[in-house]
Amino acid sequence: MIMNNQLGILKTQFVDFDEPLSLGCGQKFGPVTVAYETYGKLDDKKSNAVLILHAFSADAHAAGFHEGDEKPGWWDDLIGPGKAFDTDKYFVICSNVLGGCKGTTGPSSINPATKKAYALDFPVITVADMVALQKRLIDHLGIDKLLCVCGGSMGGMQALQWVSDYPDCVKSAIPIACALKHSPQQIAFSEVGRQAVMADLDWQSGYYYGTGKNPERGLSVARMVGHITYMSDQSMQEKFSRTLKQCNYTFSFKADFEVEGYLRYRGDSFVKRFDANSYLYITKAMDYFDVSGDVLIAPDKNIEAKFLVVSFKSDWLYPSYQSRQIVDLLRLRSIDVTYCDIASTYGHDAFLLEFEQESRLIKHFLEKVTAQK
Amino acid sequence: MRLDHKIIYDAVTTGAKVLDLGCGDGELLDILVKGKQVKATGIEVDDQAVYKCVEKGLTVFHSDLDSGLAGYPDKSFDYVILNQTMQELKRVDFALSEALRVGKKVIVGFSNFAYFRARLRMFVKGKVPITKSLPYQWYDTPNLHFLSIRDFWDYCNKNEIFVVDAKYYHRTRFVPIFPNLIALNAVFLIEKK
Repeated sequence: MIMNNQLGILKTQFVDFDEPLSLGCGQKFGPVTVAYETYGKLDDKKSNAVLILHAFSADAHAAGFHEGDEKPGWWDDLIGPGKAFDTDKYFVICSNVLGGCKGTTGPSSINPATKKAYALDFPVITVADMVALQKRLIDHLGIDKLLCVCGGSMGGMQALQWVSDYPDCVKSAIPIACALKHSPQQIAFSEVGRQAVMADLDWQSGYYYGTGKNPERGLSVARMVGHITYMSDQSMQEKFSRTLKQCNYTFSFKADFEVEGYLRYRGDSFVKRFDANSYLYITKAMDYFDVSGDVLIAPDKNIEAKFLVVSFKSDWLYPSYQSRQIVDLLRLRSIDVTYCDIASTYGHDAFLLEFEQESRLIKHFLEKVTAQK
Repeated sequence: MRLDHKIIYDAVTTGAKVLDLGCGDGELLDILVKGKQVKATGIEVDDQAVYKCVEKGLTVFHSDLDSGLAGYPDKSFDYVILNQTMQELKRVDFALSEALRVGKKVIVGFSNFAYFRARLRMFVKGKVPITKSLPYQWYDTPNLHFLSIRDFWDYCNKNEIFVVDAKYYHRTRFVPIFPNLIALNAVFLIEKK
């Protein structure tokens, strides 16, 4: 395999914050470690920083290769020299979210008080808490104002939360395939995933760390449901149709159809890389997220941030109407917002796949934002 | 510069807030931003046109116009432009009333269906008019509505819309007399008090 390795071999970096975070649930929580990566160089005025916000199950490794990697980071198509987030121009930052399991403190991290994993002693967190921790990281990097905050799905929610909580620290925002708040349908899918995890006896009320057993079956089922919601009827049709793994029906409950095999494979590979409790905490944070009404922008606040809102026509998990609700809210406040509903058949997954269209929009939008003083 | 763009350019004041409904690839808005420093927003339904607008650095909203302009407060734009857009809308009446709601002034550009060649083709040949400004066959036209300059005047009078100015032209020239007969196109500047 030829690696298009323009960013060089990268390493995830870590920073510890001892001072406790004040969480949405009322608790104080700390110390906290943040895993993050950066690409490109921060300019002298510290004015070219772009914060990339990852979706539900991703991590800080947004671009480039780690030592020995076969695949690059999850948004490598958009981040790098000459790409939409051009690392020759911008300083790109991506960190793992609070509650995650990819280096930032989460339920699988060791509680310094007990020397054991937090498990369900980890507080229930919100998207605002995730963003508050990102703010610490940005402060740590010496950046007062971000040129742009951008992410898809839960990453888009974080972008909106940034505008809501730190409006003066954000010059522009690109929320992609997301919503002002979860609809009952989205909460319902989250709940099915959580119930699948919690119904697995190996979950052990959340205290499964160190027992040699993980709620793998439950988490796998949760992920299978997730994957269905990330695709569209058409993309599943194109990818699998009713193709059989073997020539004939087996007349058993083995995976006869390609789609069954795919979902099982996706479920099984997910449990190897993701923590079941993180699944619970992060989906809950998404369900609690709500910046509708006057929350996104306080009634007495004038914000200068520009917006690029993007949705995908075949996305039924975060349908386009939810993105248009974001736009309507911004229009009502006379905020500069560009909106594009990208023609794609990939469903919600499109935000990771339609990089050509996204690049066309993001590249020029960022140039416009950069040009403005 | 296209004559319709020139007319609109001259009508718009420097630094104004402008909303272009059916802005296409943003050509007109780009001219207005560069020459008149307007604060521009476009609404466009075609995907590729939206990308081109973004490439020009324009603020654009990807949507049709049939759902109206919900979200925009009353009189939040100095000018709302409907240039060669009206004919293709399903609900022209609604779009115009929404334009007049959110815009202090509205600029409407359209092709004149009562142009004499169109009349002749209808009268002599008994066929649907095809003209320079209406170049389509009956089966492939994007136009859902056909109107003449006189029709639009009647519409304005009936709906208590004040016509601030009306310019009529034939390709590259203004038409000073008998516009409904001689002009291929018209640009109206209207407002509702």
